Amino acid sequence: MSDTVFKIKAAPGGKASSIPLMGNDGEPTIFEYAKPGRKSYNLLDQKLPTGELNDLLPASYLRVNKLELTEVSERDLVGHFTRLTHRQYSVDLGAYPLGSCTMKYNPKFCDELAFMSSFNTCHPSAPEAVVQGWLELMVNLEEALCEITGMKAATLQPAAGAQGELTGLLLMRAWHDDRSHNKTTIIIPDTAHGTNPASVTLGGYKVKTVGTNEKGLVDIESLKSLLDDEVAGIMLTNPNTLGLFEEEIQEVASLIHSVDGLLYYDGANLNAILGKVRPGDMGFDIVHLNLHKTFATPHGGGGPGAGPVAVSERIIDFLPGPKPTRLGTNSYGYTTPIKSIGRIHSWHGNALVLLRAFGYILFHGSEGLEKISEMAVLNANWLKRRLEDTITPAYNRPVMHEVVMTAQDLAKDHNLKALDIAKALLDEGFHAPTIYFPLLVHEALMFEPTETESLDTLEALARSVEKIIAQSKTNIDDIKSAPRNTPVQRVDEALAARKLLATYDAAINK
Amino acid sequence: MPSFVPHTQQEIKSMLEFLGLEDIDELYDHIPVALKLTQSLAITALSSEFDVIDQFTEIGNRNTKDLICFAGYGAYDRLIPAVTKQLASRSEFVTAYTPYQPEVAQGVLQAIFEYQTFVTRLYGMDIANASLYDGASALVEAVNIATSVKGNKSVFVSEGVFHNYRQVLGTFVKGTQTNIIIKTDKELEDFDAFDTSNTVAAVVVQSPNRYGNLVDLDKVKQLCDRLGCLYIVAMDPIAASVLKTPGEAGADIAIGEGQVLGMPLSFGGPYLGLFALKQDLVRKLPGRLVGQTVDTSGKKAYVTTLRSREQDIRREKASSNVCTNQTLMAVTAAIQLSWLGSKGITEVAANSSKAAHYLRSILKSEGFEFYGDDLFLFEFSVKLKQKVDDVLQRMVDEGFLAGVKVLNEIDGQEYLVVATTEKRTASQIDAFVKALVKADN
Repeated sequence: MSDTVFKIKAAPGGKASSIPLMGNDGEPTIFEYAKPGRKSYNLLDQKLPTGELNDLLPASYLRVNKLELTEVSERDLVGHFTRLTHRQYSVDLGAYPLGSCTMKYNPKFCDELAFMSSFNTCHPSAPEAVVQGWLELMVNLEEALCEITGMKAATLQPAAGAQGELTGLLLMRAWHDDRSHNKTTIIIPDTAHGTNPASVTLGGYKVKTVGTNEKGLVDIESLKSLLDDEVAGIMLTNPNTLGLFEEEIQEVASLIHSVDGLLYYDGANLNAILGKVRPGDMGFDIVHLNLHKTFATPHGGGGPGAGPVAVSERIIDFLPGPKPTRLGTNSYGYTTPIKSIGRIHSWHGNALVLLRAFGYILFHGSEGLEKISEMAVLNANWLKRRLEDTITPAYNRPVMHEVVMTAQDLAKDHNLKALDIAKALLDEGFHAPTIYFPLLVHEALMFEPTETESLDTLEALARSVEKIIAQSKTNIDDIKSAPRNTPVQRVDEALAARKLLATYDAAINK
Repeated sequence: MPSFVPHTQQEIKSMLEFLGLEDIDELYDHIPVALKLTQSLAITALSSEFDVIDQFTEIGNRNTKDLICFAGYGAYDRLIPAVTKQLASRSEFVTAYTPYQPEVAQGVLQAIFEYQTFVTRLYGMDIANASLYDGASALVEAVNIATSVKGNKSVFVSEGVFHNYRQVLGTFVKGTQTNIIIKTDKELEDFDAFDTSNTVAAVVVQSPNRYGNLVDLDKVKQLCDRLGCLYIVAMDPIAASVLKTPGEAGADIAIGEGQVLGMPLSFGGPYLGLFALKQDLVRKLPGRLVGQTVDTSGKKAYVTTLRSREQDIRREKASSNVCTNQTLMAVTAAIQLSWLGSKGITEVAANSSKAAHYLRSILKSEGFEFYGDDLFLFEFSVKLKQKVDDVLQRMVDEGFLAGVKVLNEIDGQEYLVVATTEKRTASQIDAFVKALVKADN
């Protein structure tokens, strides 16, 4: 089938970006390179009078045990961390179709923005007059995010999506308290990200779970049965974590509003709808965005992110402060909304992440943003169609930016589990898709190709999946022992938890 | 139209054909028409990355440049070597996701493992997590652990903890219904006089505190023992290289702001929430933790572990909702600490301290008075005659960011908190004093 579909001249990523990464042996820790007397550091000559710390402070305040970090040469230091980078997959190396994570290409010019000293040398406590550029940038970003989401104002303080969620729930709580509503529960779908229910608990609410219907959407009947006066609101991702658009969102909104509830939008999947449809127009009151997903700020191996929260008119007075604000035509300062829930971040949020995202938005403009979503959705639908004869889609409907497949039959018939496919894909030079999520799909594999992967890459990825599945029917043992061409093979996670070694010191004393 | 989309028009056409579609808009056919945007977003594209950079240069020029920084208060102007900047910019670290597939994420996992080791050694604790967002979020998580472990919803927090951290705590306890009771360091140190009839989940102190003064951590420990509560100590990691560590003082949880470990000031973020605790609390640890294990061939390997604590598995029963953290900052810190080594970091602390003592001695000879005693490391509080905001503005005109205005919530007085680092030279300090004498006249 594949050749009739598409001929690959060159597939970026895939086998060419594979493995083996440099080096077969493990890299020693930085502590094992230490030798007394070696050093890398050199410090500025401050031309200060000489003196000892011991003369300045009483011994009872000083360290009892001498500090030991490490002692290495700069050359060994550079070698060590460079070798570590050779044991690490990344977007720059190849395709990363990790569903729900939007691992798109991170443009290099945005790195350069973050290195600009006119921004990155500013102290966060500096008087307003000194940081007019930063404040202007933050206000402009807030306005752009509001335009994209259809909301009225936003806080940029939350450092990640989960912190944005909790901020949103505290906004909900403050709004209800202000109206003397007695609310106790938040509804979330059974397809929700784990951060949603965790945030609900930390926000002081209880979780009620709404089911998913046979179309993969919120079950309206189930929702109706959960509604009562104690419902504070609902948290939804749209498109949802199955990659499907909640077509009945307007009805969901009117049902929730009928009990004085608010709608919270988890922005994890915003990449599907830029310039097409907006959470504000769907009836949402509170929206968090993941700038590290939709707006291509690099994920840094697990962070930093940024999780701004945008709100509708009626929530504005509750937003966190201090908030960068336009005071006049070319004048900026901080204001705190009158009923503010308070501060969320030590300072003003992950400022350099915000800065990169703003550069990305300015570069693209409205047309470019729309194109991003169109191509993300096209890629996901193409991949679904391309693979659906090989592996079953969890829901056979048009998807948005990602597609969930199920290996349930393959597991039953050939003992080929989602985990096995994921691990075998690593040998093929691709990052694995997200597996075993959402929880209601058995043996789930969630592919999110993003808009920055080419048709050639998608084809190569599809062929790799086909190859793995074909091979499983004749030689499942081979697949079960994958990956082999990686710096390490399948790791013993149970041992790590049973015999916890979370520092080098624990490991050498085991 | 600028874009990072690789598709050619021909490819788009063939992909649509493959899907049996004629037009790209058909991909959105199932979305209710009433919801669809009828006009473009009001965001104008700049035509190239060069235009974006030009525009950012223009905006950046509206920040006042080249101020000599004497401001601290949890964010310090420290030396960052080329090695840290360059290694931490390597795209394998920068453009990776969370290490969910350990076989292809050993680089990040091992770097975090080394980071965790560094943090435990700095703080004298057993276990450190893979990072939190910032110092404030570390405080919030620490308090959440205490209330959960002790089943008590009240906490004593020192007024000496950075006020912005306490504000963040104040925000989040509205959800957890925790009662924050403010005490002064003096009250918490005077354990004999302290009324211990009300039990609390924890006592939180910061040393050096927000005025720059050292707290007698041993005395506060005695109070915690009498109260039978957890002991949470916030400490700057550079300070922890020379001061009695949280661990040595008997803390159960140590927290801090890791920005000083190789991150530029960058207007407050991304920074690094340091979080470490005693072994017996490990099951309550928020966020990710990396552990050493072996692969199927018996080779040493690293993996995120004790995963059952985390939100994606425990969902509404999780004690923390942290998912994305500040991993790149943790890797940066591991590189910076490797570069500094034990000797380097203590020299940084000592040099910063020498500069502060030098500054204070000349300020004193010029007649300035201070808040707090002589027990300080690299930061202290100056009493001014004029309003602090006015002095800060006048000092900007002289080329200095003179410090941070701090309002003491007990006496209602405001102070200028000044900090020196290993970057401040004698001649800068001399010029600073001269300018401050004039500005506070």
